[in-house]
Amino acid sequence: MSAVENLTHQPVEGEHFTITSEATGDVWEIVVGLEVHCELATATKLFCSCPNMFGDEPNTNVCPVCLGLPGSLPVLNRNVVELAMRLGRALHCSVEPSVFARKNYFYPDMPKDYQVSQFDRPINVDGWLDLPDGTRVGIERAHIEEDTGKNTHAGGSGRIHGADYSLVDYNRAGVPLVEIVGRPHIRHPEQAKTYIDELRAILLATGASDAKMEEGSLRVDANVSVRRVGDPELGRRCEIKNLNSLRSLGRAIEYEARRQVDLLESGEVVKQETRHWDEGAGRTRPGRSKEEAEDYRYFQEPDLVPLDPGADWIAAIDGAMPALPAARRDTLAAAAGVAPTETAVVVAVQRDLDQLALAAIAAGGDGSRVLLHVEHNLAVEGAESLDPAHFAQLVTMEVAGQLTATQAKTVLGDMLESGKAPDAIAAERGFEAMDSSELEGIVDGIIAESPDEWADYCGGDDKRRGKLQGFFVGKVMKATKGQADGKAVNAILDARRTAAG
Amino acid sequence: MAELPTTAVEIAAAVRSGQVTAVEVLDAHLAAIDAREGEINAFNLVLADEARAAAAAVDARIAAGDDPGPLAGVPLALKDNLCTRGVPTTCSSRILEGWRPPYDATVVQRVAAAGAVAVGKTNLDEFAMGSSTENSAFGPTRNPRDTARVPGGSSGGSAAAVAAGFAPISLGSDTGGSIRQPAALCGVVGVKPTYGLVSRYGLVAFASSLDQIGPFSTTVADSALLLEAVAGHDPLDSTSIDQAAPSLLDVLDRGVEGLRIGLVTELMGEGIAPDVAARVRQAAAALEAAGATVGEVSVPATSYGLSAYYLIAPAEASSNLARYDGVRYGLRVDAPTTAEMNAATRTAGFGDEVKRRIMLGTYALSAGYYDAYYGKALKVRTLIMRDFEAAYEHFDLLLSPTSPTTAFRFGEKVDDPLSMYLNDICTIPTNLAGHPAMSVPFGAGADGMPVGVQLMAPALGEATMFRAAASLEAAAPSLEEAFA
Amino acid sequence: MSESLTRDDVAKVAHLARLELTDAELDTYTEQLGAVLDHAADVAALDLADVPPTAHPLPLVNVLRDDVIGPTVDREEVLSQAPAVEDRRFRVPAILGEEP
Repeated sequence: MSAVENLTHQPVEGEHFTITSEATGDVWEIVVGLEVHCELATATKLFCSCPNMFGDEPNTNVCPVCLGLPGSLPVLNRNVVELAMRLGRALHCSVEPSVFARKNYFYPDMPKDYQVSQFDRPINVDGWLDLPDGTRVGIERAHIEEDTGKNTHAGGSGRIHGADYSLVDYNRAGVPLVEIVGRPHIRHPEQAKTYIDELRAILLATGASDAKMEEGSLRVDANVSVRRVGDPELGRRCEIKNLNSLRSLGRAIEYEARRQVDLLESGEVVKQETRHWDEGAGRTRPGRSKEEAEDYRYFQEPDLVPLDPGADWIAAIDGAMPALPAARRDTLAAAAGVAPTETAVVVAVQRDLDQLALAAIAAGGDGSRVLLHVEHNLAVEGAESLDPAHFAQLVTMEVAGQLTATQAKTVLGDMLESGKAPDAIAAERGFEAMDSSELEGIVDGIIAESPDEWADYCGGDDKRRGKLQGFFVGKVMKATKGQADGKAVNAILDARRTAAG
Repeated sequence: MAELPTTAVEIAAAVRSGQVTAVEVLDAHLAAIDAREGEINAFNLVLADEARAAAAAVDARIAAGDDPGPLAGVPLALKDNLCTRGVPTTCSSRILEGWRPPYDATVVQRVAAAGAVAVGKTNLDEFAMGSSTENSAFGPTRNPRDTARVPGGSSGGSAAAVAAGFAPISLGSDTGGSIRQPAALCGVVGVKPTYGLVSRYGLVAFASSLDQIGPFSTTVADSALLLEAVAGHDPLDSTSIDQAAPSLLDVLDRGVEGLRIGLVTELMGEGIAPDVAARVRQAAAALEAAGATVGEVSVPATSYGLSAYYLIAPAEASSNLARYDGVRYGLRVDAPTTAEMNAATRTAGFGDEVKRRIMLGTYALSAGYYDAYYGKALKVRTLIMRDFEAAYEHFDLLLSPTSPTTAFRFGEKVDDPLSMYLNDICTIPTNLAGHPAMSVPFGAGADGMPVGVQLMAPALGEATMFRAAASLEAAAPSLEEAFA
Repeated sequence: MSESLTRDDVAKVAHLARLELTDAELDTYTEQLGAVLDHAADVAALDLADVPPTAHPLPLVNVLRDDVIGPTVDREEVLSQAPAVEDRRFRVPAILGEEP
């Protein structure tokens, strides 16, 4: 039996995820730092005017520069710098004078056999990102670099190992990337996923990237280590690659942490290495070990000149900064009178529906009810085009008891389709406010029809009563064709039982 | 046939005025190539058919009343490290054999737009690494003044083509002296402009922070004409200076009255052949006689120039030449894996000198050595720039030999890299500083071979430099004049 | 033989630069490169702690272009120069090493 099987884990409330060894009783925590590469949403590539476009015919978006042809020279795309600065400022980074450097290594998807990146003087340094749960994750740097082409492995298994040969498409070569290097402040697999969610929201809000993990425009590598809780030293880490979804990210971190605890509990050591996540097998595997440490021979790229953004440019970027997710959550939460950590608030901002919600609240709609609809009933295409005044009106009708929750959901669906006002839709559908005396009469009639059940309801235990409550509500709904408000029915039943008791 | 004009200035004027046709001029030069190219080997490729078509097009424009431009009908040779669309561009390396670029270098476009007629691609030391053209994969170029001697390098083909009368003007590239040194050894004018004055787009890179394209010609005026045509901002080169090309032809007759010219002490002593030093002193005297003030000046850091250069240039080259990996163009030597194919291709495709410099540069940048070598060399570069700055506080121009010796014989230095590198001792400092410099022929050495004197100027000081060059040209002794 | 450069150093840089050397070449290059590095010892010995490096002769900054799509190169013209092509792509032998 392996040591891992002797371990139990319990997610602890909040940010910590620990693994407790049954054998030793030691409690381990996970330390994760994420490196995110995102492709910037520019029209053209980083250093040439070829289209920056995903999914085109192979080797069509190429020119002498991005093919690294002899004699070609790079010229920096202004929009890349602007987007990188905007992203950096959104991550509370300091924007510094920076230079480009060449990272030298041979690889066939890299046309010049060096990558132009930023090394010792990156554009953005020392920022942070606040997660919705209040955790602050440090950002070490967010620098500009160029993407590589794409290798397709042919023959053999179709994967790199065992392939007979490979085919190279350079459409992606030279696409602008920002690499965001997060500090190891993450302690939980779920938190890692939240970090990516939040970062993606920032990338979308700033227009820096479309941030699609499935298309590879957002790529995540995780540096994972473990240590005994309370130990100030960081453990030796492994870099996990090939994380193609948030699900993979969470699973890989959890697997890798257990693997490392297992090793350490058995008196072995963790080898610092790159490992690949195998989603099918649900495990990480070591990469091909290198015979020697890489020596990238970084030096300043002589074909480019330094960037010195200066105070004015940075101020202009700050002045044009769109509202960011954290601020948007605060605004919405304040307007709705709830906490910014409420799921509905987080979801509203993630779905870009916070402006709609705010407008509906401003038009007199009840905050909680508005958020309830946003969270549960508006996860549909085109929801952002809903008329906020109509939305507010709907919520007001609901609060006034003119519509039941079920009816309100139906009306909302119709509003999205037809654009009509909620009162008109309610009238068309025959959703009429039911007078409370009318409802009482119907409930009394049903009680009279079912004396045995009623006796049982009044005298039975809680479990039995719960079942029978469903029975009576169901009958009332049937009798009213669903127009009765379930809450009101329950209140009447309760009042009658008390009177009978 | 009436006597044809020989200089670019005269040819362009005669063609533009209809006195001669571009085709006539071209035919005369193709005849000169036919007569002596077998012996000289200045060209990797002669573009006779393309040149005839281009010359005919120039003549057609003249006939139609158009002005084809300031280089109308002037035959021109291009160093074979300048990209020419659809025309093989080899850098005199096996690794690029057969490669046809899908684009023209900016300078190639500019000379064509100015009406010049490209007659061929000239030989060079492989990837411009060398000082004798002996490192060409396609055999050395010979010095037209004495075919037992080297023409210098790396732009030996471009220098020899002009010296042999194959074309009145040519373009070369200068990373550590590769225009000025062969110009001196072949007895022609050669100019390295201010870094950033001429676009590098389409120049196959050797060392990006040092490379500059510049002209060769038989007269100072022709170099001025060609430099005016190719200089000026290019948005495709981030290191291109954003200002218009300087006016040079207009200032050539202004003389040197009142100019302060400094003879660089460090470049006149040890290692400089006495006959060469004597010609430089004679040139200094000639400038003084023409009205300049001449004094001696020390530029101490220049003595570290060679060491710094032979760390910086190979470091950049080791990265610039990584792309020759057998994947996208040029040579491939097959092997079972990509890494082995890369190595087999590079091993077969590069010559000894290129391998030497790639390894030297790789070493200078590698972990554990960067600070001691490459990092130090960059700091020396700062010292050299400071020392030049101090010198230019007191002088408008500096003067030195271009090359420590006249043209040497084949095989003399090729197996001793360090002694070959010492050829560049006078030219390297200006590359490190990014300043302009040019070589002007000034008589012969004791062996009867040409001597070049070097004029150096601060950044963008071309106009003043050309004024002094014109004065030197006027005062220069002929090659036949016995060495005093 | 140079003090600054060993045969192993040369073998290591040759490997980094994807060059293959015979034993005889290894000896020759070790000697030749050693001589150049010995000459550079004057630079290596300088105390330049207070001197900033100059990576580039020009004092230019912020050279930028607008984000506007320009012409691309015809694929056939590009692929016609390649040593091996298959299915509109550049063909290379098996890749064994990991992407860094």
